[in-house]
Amino acid sequence: MTAVLPVSTSPEIVAEGRQEIGHWRRLPLKAKAGIVLLGLFVLVAIIGPLVTPYDPSYQNPSLNLSMHAPDAAHLLGTTSSGQDVLSQLLVGIRLTMELAFIVGVVATVLSVAVGVCAATFGGLWDELLTLVANVFLVIPALPLLIVLLGYLSQHGQWPTILVLSALGWPWGAKVIRAQTLAIRNRDFIAAAREAGESSWRIIAFEIIPNEYSLIAANFVNTVLYAIGTSVALAFIGVADLSSWSLGTILYWAQSQQALTLGAWWWFVPPGLAVALIGTSLVLLNTGIDELVNPRLRDAARANRIAGRTLRPADPTPVLADLQPRRSPVGAFLHSFSRSSLADGNEASR
Amino acid sequence: MSYIARRLIFYVVAAWVALTANFFIPRLVPGNAVEAIMSKFPELSPATYKALEAMLGVGHPAGLWSQYVSYLDDVAHFNFGIDVSQYPAHVSTLLGETIPWTLTLVGTATVIAFFLGTGLGILAGWRHGGWADRALPGLMFIQAIPYFFLALILIEVLAVKLHVFPIGSGYAGGLVPGWNWAFIGSAIYHSLLPAFTIVITSVAGWMLQMRNVMITTIGEDYVLAGQAKGLTNRRVVFTYAARNALLPQLQGFGLALGFVVSGAIIMEIVFSYPGIGLLLVNAVTSNDYPLTEAIFLVITFAVLLANLIVDLVLVFIDPRVRTREATA
Repeated sequence: MTAVLPVSTSPEIVAEGRQEIGHWRRLPLKAKAGIVLLGLFVLVAIIGPLVTPYDPSYQNPSLNLSMHAPDAAHLLGTTSSGQDVLSQLLVGIRLTMELAFIVGVVATVLSVAVGVCAATFGGLWDELLTLVANVFLVIPALPLLIVLLGYLSQHGQWPTILVLSALGWPWGAKVIRAQTLAIRNRDFIAAAREAGESSWRIIAFEIIPNEYSLIAANFVNTVLYAIGTSVALAFIGVADLSSWSLGTILYWAQSQQALTLGAWWWFVPPGLAVALIGTSLVLLNTGIDELVNPRLRDAARANRIAGRTLRPADPTPVLADLQPRRSPVGAFLHSFSRSSLADGNEASR
Repeated sequence: MSYIARRLIFYVVAAWVALTANFFIPRLVPGNAVEAIMSKFPELSPATYKALEAMLGVGHPAGLWSQYVSYLDDVAHFNFGIDVSQYPAHVSTLLGETIPWTLTLVGTATVIAFFLGTGLGILAGWRHGGWADRALPGLMFIQAIPYFFLALILIEVLAVKLHVFPIGSGYAGGLVPGWNWAFIGSAIYHSLLPAFTIVITSVAGWMLQMRNVMITTIGEDYVLAGQAKGLTNRRVVFTYAARNALLPQLQGFGLALGFVVSGAIIMEIVFSYPGIGLLLVNAVTSNDYPLTEAIFLVITFAVLLANLIVDLVLVFIDPRVRTREATA
C-alpha cells in the first residue's frame, strides 16, 4: 500500500500548507485531479440511488434480456438474470462509499485518540498502546477478517464496518504518535502549559490543529484500505451477498462467468469504478504529501533554476525530539519494539 | 538481553494474541457453529460431533480455562483436528499439501517485486524527475485497480484470447504431482502469469517508498562528501545513498508482509491456484471452522516468522546495530 510518511514536521511548513489549502489555484495538480474525481463519485453516491432506472434486484424474466449488451433501454446492459447493471452500479457505489467513509471516520478517530494520547501522556501508557498497535500491525489483517466475517457475514453491512474499523487504526496511530512526539516539546506547547491550559485544551487546540494534514492523509489512506478490502472480501464471497455493493456485483459477475461469456459490460464498469475511486484517493494523498513536504513535488520543475538542474542539498528533515524519557517499565516495554533498533544509533552519532 | 531475543519475545506475545483471538472468536459469535456444521455434513460421525463441540466450545461441560489449556496443547502438537468438508482428512495433511504451492509462488514473486521496486526507486530518487520518476503516476493507477480485477482481465486477454498462458490452476490436468520434469515444467509454466500479476501490482509501492527515502537520503552531507571526493556516481548511489535508504525500506518489508499475504489469498482465488489462500476461502464459505482456524494460525505464524527474519537481516546489514549487538 502507499502509506507514505510525510517526513517534514516543522510547524511552519504545516501552517503554510494550511493557508494554501484555501487557494485552489495553488494546489498541486494531483490534488486537484483527485478532488474532482472523488467529488464526482461522492455526487454519484448521493444522487445515484435516487435516479436508478430499474430496481437493481428485479430479475426480468424475458429470456432475450439475459446478458443483453448495452442499448438505449439498459445503458450498461443486463446480468445473466436480466437485472439492470447501471442500477446495480449506482446503488453499489453508494453502499461501497458509505462503508468506506464510515470506516475511515471511525478508524481515524481511533488513530488520533490513541496516537495523541500515547504521545502526550507518555510513560507506561505510551509503551502499552504502542505495543498493542505493533501486535495489531504484525498480525495479517485479511485472514483475520475472513475468519471473523466467516462467522458474521450474514448479518448485513455492519459487521464488515466494525471489523474493518477495529483493524484499521494502528498504522495511523503510529504515524500520529510520532508527529505528536515531535510537536509536544515545542515552545508553543510549553507556552500553553505555562499559561495554565489544561491537557485536554492543549490536545484539542494546540496539537491536533497542527496535525490536520497528517490526519487528512490518514483518513484518505484508511478510506482506500476500506474500499480495497471490502471489495476484495465481497469478491471472494465473505460479505452480505444479498446487498448491492461494488464488490458483490463483481462477485456475481465472476460466479456467473461474465468475462468468459463476453459480458464485459457487467464486469468492467464496477471494476473501473473501484479503480477510479482508488486512483482519486491516491492522487489526493500524494497531493497532500506534496503540499506538506515540498521536496517530494515534481522535481523537474522545482529543481531547475536558470536552466540548471540542482540536487536538493539542504539538510534532511529529521523527526526531532523523538527520544522521550522513559520510566524503567516503559523502557523495558519499548525495548521489544522494532523502533528500539534506532535508539543506539541516535546516541552513537 | 540482545535485540533479537527481545524481538522473539514480542513475536511470542503477538502469536499468543492471535491464538487467543482464534480461541474466543467461535465462542463469542451468536449461533451454534457445531449444529451448522453437522447439518451441512450429515456423514460426520458422533465422535466428530463431540470433538467439534470441544473444539468450538459449544455445550461443553468443561470450564473455559481447561478448554483453553487443551486448545493450546493441541496447537503445540500441530493437532488441528479432523477436517469436516473433506472428512476424514486431517487438517494438517491438507495444510501440508497446500503450503508449498503458496510459499514458492508468493515468496518468489514478492522477492522479485521487492528488488525490482527498490531498484526502480533508487533510480527514480537519484534522477528525481527522470523517466522512472515520471512513470510513477501510471504505476500508481495500476496499484489502485483492484488486484483481482486486473488479474482477471489479464487472464481473459493473455490466457483465454491469446493462449500465451494457461487459464488457471497449479499444473496441467492429468499430471500427477511429483518430482519429475513434466510436472515441474508445467507447474512453473502455470505460475508465470500469477507471479507476473503480483509483481506488477506490488512494484509501485516499493518503488514509491524507496524513491521518497532516497530523495531525503541524497540530501545528507555524507552523500555530498562522497561526490566531493570525486567518487563515481555509481559508488555514491549504491554504497552511500541506497545502502542507507534501504533500512527503512526493509523495515517496511516486514510490515508489508500482511498485505502480501492478503494479495496472495486473492490471487489464489482468481487463478484457482492450489495454495493455502484458496483452501482458506473454501473452508470459510463451506463453514469448515476447524480448517479455517488452522489456516489462520498457520498464515499468522508464517508472517511472524518472516518478520523475525527481517529483524535478523536488519541487524546483519546495519553495522551500527551489529557492533552494538556484539558489545551487549
